[in-house]
Amino acid sequence: MDAAFKALADASRRELLDRLRAENGQTLGELCRRLDMTRQAVSKHLAILEEANLVATVKRGREKLHYLNPVPIHEIGERWIGKFERSRLQALSDMKKALEEGTGE
Amino acid sequence: MSKPKFVYVTYIRTTPEKLWAALTDPQTIRKYWFGMTAECDWKPGSPWRLKFEDGRMADTGEVLEAVPPKRLVLKWRNEFKPELKAEGYSRCTMEIEMADYYPDFGGKAVKLTITHELEGDGTKFIEGVSGGWPKVLSNLKSLLEIGDVAFTTKA
Repeated sequence: MDAAFKALADASRRELLDRLRAENGQTLGELCRRLDMTRQAVSKHLAILEEANLVATVKRGREKLHYLNPVPIHEIGERWIGKFERSRLQALSDMKKALEEGTGE
Repeated sequence: MSKPKFVYVTYIRTTPEKLWAALTDPQTIRKYWFGMTAECDWKPGSPWRLKFEDGRMADTGEVLEAVPPKRLVLKWRNEFKPELKAEGYSRCTMEIEMADYYPDFGGKAVKLTITHELEGDGTKFIEGVSGGWPKVLSNLKSLLEIGDVAFTTKA
């Protein structure tokens, strides 16, 4: 879990995860095109994310596709968020989302 | 077939043979898959079914490839939600390999990679299965490593 926390401690890497959440399965080139980072920096961040198992990759022909892998984050949640608190936390999270989006019913 | 819609990876302290058994044994599947029953002989071309505890059909499909203890490919369609069933078959690939690296402690572990590809353009089915896999994989990992599961229901 150390690797996951270290990887998540960097804003650029969280940004990369957000990009993959918006569109899963991007190549390095596609990820670079929309970011204000050098190809080298993106590549380095992706390697750290992959090592932490937060990004999974698949080869398709000559291309390497990057996917957001939510499994380690799920395990972090499972470890510190008791299953008995889950529904209450979900209610709070739903309320926060509704209020912040101004779509509360 | 288009590129995978999602890829899930988990590392488990076990052997490929034990993981294969956990993926194919109905008694074990029931423990980590919220009480679901799998019916299949795990031979290429054979039908595959996943049923709820009350006997309703959850998912059906066909075994496309079965190479124990390495690779299992299933044709997979939802059966209980009409809007998901309408999107047709997806292809689920489960790959098992030994990995030298394990993010939690280093050393050797078994890497399980799950990918889903959809033949059509639909997105609902993929949203549905992607909601379930992280919990199923968490349960599978704790069952093999600790002997118990964290989630007994999907909710």
